[in-house]
Amino acid sequence: MGIPVEKTSPAPPAGQGARPVTRLGDRVFSGLSRGSGILLLVIMAAIAAFLAVRAVSAISADHGNFLTTFEWNANATPPVFGIAVLLYGTLVSSVIAMVIAVPIAVGIALFMTHYAPRKLGGVLAWIIDLLAAVPSIVYGLWGALFLVPHLGGLTSWLDTYFGWTVVLDQSNPGTAPRNLFTVGILLAIMILPIITNVSREVIRQVPQAHEEAALALGATRWETIRMAVLPFARSGIISASMLGLGRALGETMAVATVLSSSDVLSAHLLDPGGGTFAANIAAHFGEATELGRDALIASGLVLFAITLVVNGAARLIIARRKEYSGANA
Amino acid sequence: MSHTMTDQRPTTDPPVPGSVFTHRRMPRWAPAAIAVIAVALGVAIGLAFDLSSHVQWGLIALALFVLGTYVTTALLEDRRQAKDRVATSLVWACFVLAVVPLYSLVETTFAKGVKDLDGRFLTHSMAGVLATDEGGGVYHAIIGTLEQVGLASLIAVPIGVLTAIYLVEYGRGKLALAVTFFVDVMTGIPSIVSGLFILAFWILVLGFSYSGFAGSLALVILMIPVVVRSTEEMLKLVPNELREASLALGVPKWRTILKVVLPTALGGITTGIMLAVARIAGETAPVLLLVFGNPMINNDPFNGAQSSLPFYIYEQYLLGTDQAYSRAWSAALVLIAFVMILNLVARGIARWKAPKTGR
Repeated sequence: MGIPVEKTSPAPPAGQGARPVTRLGDRVFSGLSRGSGILLLVIMAAIAAFLAVRAVSAISADHGNFLTTFEWNANATPPVFGIAVLLYGTLVSSVIAMVIAVPIAVGIALFMTHYAPRKLGGVLAWIIDLLAAVPSIVYGLWGALFLVPHLGGLTSWLDTYFGWTVVLDQSNPGTAPRNLFTVGILLAIMILPIITNVSREVIRQVPQAHEEAALALGATRWETIRMAVLPFARSGIISASMLGLGRALGETMAVATVLSSSDVLSAHLLDPGGGTFAANIAAHFGEATELGRDALIASGLVLFAITLVVNGAARLIIARRKEYSGANA
Repeated sequence: MSHTMTDQRPTTDPPVPGSVFTHRRMPRWAPAAIAVIAVALGVAIGLAFDLSSHVQWGLIALALFVLGTYVTTALLEDRRQAKDRVATSLVWACFVLAVVPLYSLVETTFAKGVKDLDGRFLTHSMAGVLATDEGGGVYHAIIGTLEQVGLASLIAVPIGVLTAIYLVEYGRGKLALAVTFFVDVMTGIPSIVSGLFILAFWILVLGFSYSGFAGSLALVILMIPVVVRSTEEMLKLVPNELREASLALGVPKWRTILKVVLPTALGGITTGIMLAVARIAGETAPVLLLVFGNPMINNDPFNGAQSSLPFYIYEQYLLGTDQAYSRAWSAALVLIAFVMILNLVARGIARWKAPKTGR
């Protein structure tokens, strides 16, 4: 739950100047705690290393181009597999999720901080936490057995009236919407809590004086938010969104249950088909041979690298902002 | 912060002659009236055009409401107020949109899951139960989940708490910065990647076979950063005066941490750990790769394949029969109940043992 947005470390450990006698217990204890810190770094390095070693052996056995091949036939002889479809599906479904979730999440955060009566805000915070606590497999089950049948109407409506955009065109109208669009909606629901919570923390830090100044100049509530709150919170909201993006990129079960995957890379978001890294691993793992597993590990390495970059960037933005707001406080 | 905001809107314009609204303000009931009209129109349009999805009805009503609010306010008040009101209604709409999916999810799971959920379901395994059979149960999956999560916690909690102690009490310099950064990054590791790592490391390289313990190793990787984060926040809340008082009495630093700092923050740390447990209890992907699945009861997490609740749900979903779906919903209900209870208890502890400072 704890995402460190605020707090400028109120507890610098005591006794910096006068060095106390180092006792055995002290040395053991500080060694243990430093050791677990180092262990953490070792684990991260090991993840990258082990995945990379297996991935290299898989990619060298690949008879297709790992980056541009559409199909995933790692068990066949000769093995041919590539991540083009997976990369496309992962990015598209995550982008759909972001487009839906970010405005709503910021809206909820604003609602909790600026619009809701106090009690209602508390209840809503609780609801958001519950949303975050629901296991992803339950979202997946709900998405596949409830959301998919209920989105049929919306899908065909979009197809009928917005089919000319190509993107929202359905090749076979009436097929069950087990497509990237539905996955995007489900992912949006799943990443809503984290974006909301981080945005809310950032919006809470907006200096009261800025808002009061805007109100005193006669701004309406919306103008206050637009001119005083959002500019201040912008970078925080961006990094909150990127944290959400990191979640969406790596989500497995919700995609594995909802999407009917295939080797097709299609611009028609409403057509069933496509795939994502995580769901592809879950789907192909059962029947994978030795090389098949290594191939899946290779695709996992790509996913790991992408989420690492996205999350790292988000954290760096937050960290930079922390200094900035500290200077302002 | 909303309570400090004044509700008085700047209304400097002179009253419109002949208008009943002397201050060019809409009456208080106007938004409600527009809402009622919008919903009525939405339903009417939905019925007239025979739109099957009720979501569309809602969307049409929402669009009408926003448009109606804007036009009415722009006519009766002015543009700026109109924008303000539209923003207000959109923000309220966001609130509704947050509640709808959770309500629908809990309602669906409960309605579909409760009918098969009885003592028999909780105390039987799936041994010998076919996809099309009624009956069967989750006992083996509950055992698997409890053992895997328990083992994962046994490993992850000490590492996590010690790392947090390092960061708050000892850490300075580059190492601490690196650890902080990578804890944050680790929070974002997709669960399937941690599963793949244990697969590559534990099973492919070290040559162990699939077991519940392999699953818990993957869960450890997911759990550590959550524990570190929450413990760190709690340790930072412990007032420095406590540490100084203890150190001034000549107590060694490690005893200060064990006897003064940790007990003070214990409530918060417990809460964080329980939330972390709730999170990993619902993880499917690593379990899917590492415990292999087993319809029979296997009490030994170190030998042989096991099942787990999330795995069970996925397995039953894939079977695709009505009976299996029904079992999946019931298991989902069990899992949600487990996770929610952990959450509620954790929050209860947090409130009960809230640190004296910082509120």
